[in-house]
Amino acid sequence: MEEAAEIALTVNGETVSARVEARRHLVDFLRLDLGLTGSRLGCEHGVCGACTVRVDGAIVRGCLMLAVQADGADVWTIEGLSDAGEIAGLQDAFVARNALQCGYCTPGMLLTAAEMLKAGRRMTRPEIREFLSGNFCRCTGYHAIVDAIEAVMAERFRD
Amino acid sequence: MKAPRFSYVRPESLDSVLELLAEHEGEARILAGGQSLMPTLNMRLSEPRLLIDINRIDALKGISLEDGTVRIGALARHAEVLESPLAAEHLPLIADAMPHVAHVAVRNRGTFGGSIALADPAAELPACAVALNASFVLASTRGRRTVPARSFFHGLYETELAEDELLVEARIPAIAPGYRSAFMEFARRHGDFALAGVCCHARVEGCVLRDVSLACFGGEDRPRFAAAASAAAEGRAWSEEVKDAVKAALGGELEPEGTFHASAETRVHLAQVLAARAVDRMLAAG
Repeated sequence: MEEAAEIALTVNGETVSARVEARRHLVDFLRLDLGLTGSRLGCEHGVCGACTVRVDGAIVRGCLMLAVQADGADVWTIEGLSDAGEIAGLQDAFVARNALQCGYCTPGMLLTAAEMLKAGRRMTRPEIREFLSGNFCRCTGYHAIVDAIEAVMAERFRD
Repeated sequence: MKAPRFSYVRPESLDSVLELLAEHEGEARILAGGQSLMPTLNMRLSEPRLLIDINRIDALKGISLEDGTVRIGALARHAEVLESPLAAEHLPLIADAMPHVAHVAVRNRGTFGGSIALADPAAELPACAVALNASFVLASTRGRRTVPARSFFHGLYETELAEDELLVEARIPAIAPGYRSAFMEFARRHGDFALAGVCCHARVEGCVLRDVSLACFGGEDRPRFAAAASAAAEGRAWSEEVKDAVKAALGGELEPEGTFHASAETRVHLAQVLAARAVDRMLAAG
């Protein structure tokens, strides 16, 4: 039983191994040890959603998971999804609709929006709002974010 | 803030979890989904010496049906229960409640057993377990025991669990023919903890309710089986008069704490309105 452990995982498709303190949460590991500063820390207790990352195919609160728990996991951050082009449509729509101002919540918003698109269907505005309810934005009032996601769904999932 | 220092261990078997719990009694915490434990660590409200990560113990996973009882493993994620056809068919109350449990990213990690063991008085799943008369299997190196949900919750974050015990699974009676259920809550933001909520479960004959089980949560220090309100509806045709009797009974038995989010009176009022609506919805569902 130790206060640190060796971990090996993939981050944005690349293999990473490191020795981490047990108390280090996943986002601190990404930001401070790997230099991937796209994932943000807002509240650091699971309320704001700025730390949202994708672990083994599903979004999680990066501040509520320890780095040691990601041993063996497949982790994707805003940097990886951005470089891979997976969220290009969402990024364009966010810009077109002014769905970001200070941008602090935006990586988390995009990760959550990308998860929404995986459902493969157009959602209603109330459904989009409900899905986004775990991500705080203090600038936009959410309306433009919902607009952007709705526009991408309308484009992608034509009836 | 950052979590304090602690040691971490990820055992591969249930037996080794139980041995570790016995060995480090009182100084170790179980790490399941971490959606409530991690905030308390990050805020340094909790400073355990050791975290025992149970996430890779297969014996604690899965949802299954056996002889009219649904077994939900302690490690079943909320997202897994939400998407489970078995839960949708046999535990409609829990299927109804699950979308109200936190937010997507939290549901992807948070576990059924974690929510029960934490015993947050505003959480949905403990109240569902009370309404459905579920029981919980607790294990330690001393053996196993089964505790009814209605005597498991002792108070604010206080349960029947001893320091060397692990909640292994929930056993919940599958809904029987003729029964219906409904879940309703009021929260300030979707997915946040409720100011008040109700779980309703009964056998419905026309508009007569039998074997009524009404549970309330969100205002008191633990989920409550509302015995008086359940009795007030028992065997009677649902009417304005019965509705008023249920509301009056709730007013008599609920003793919520007021906070700056809602006074005690508001919470009682919310529970009364939600209970009446839940029964309305249950009857309309036929």
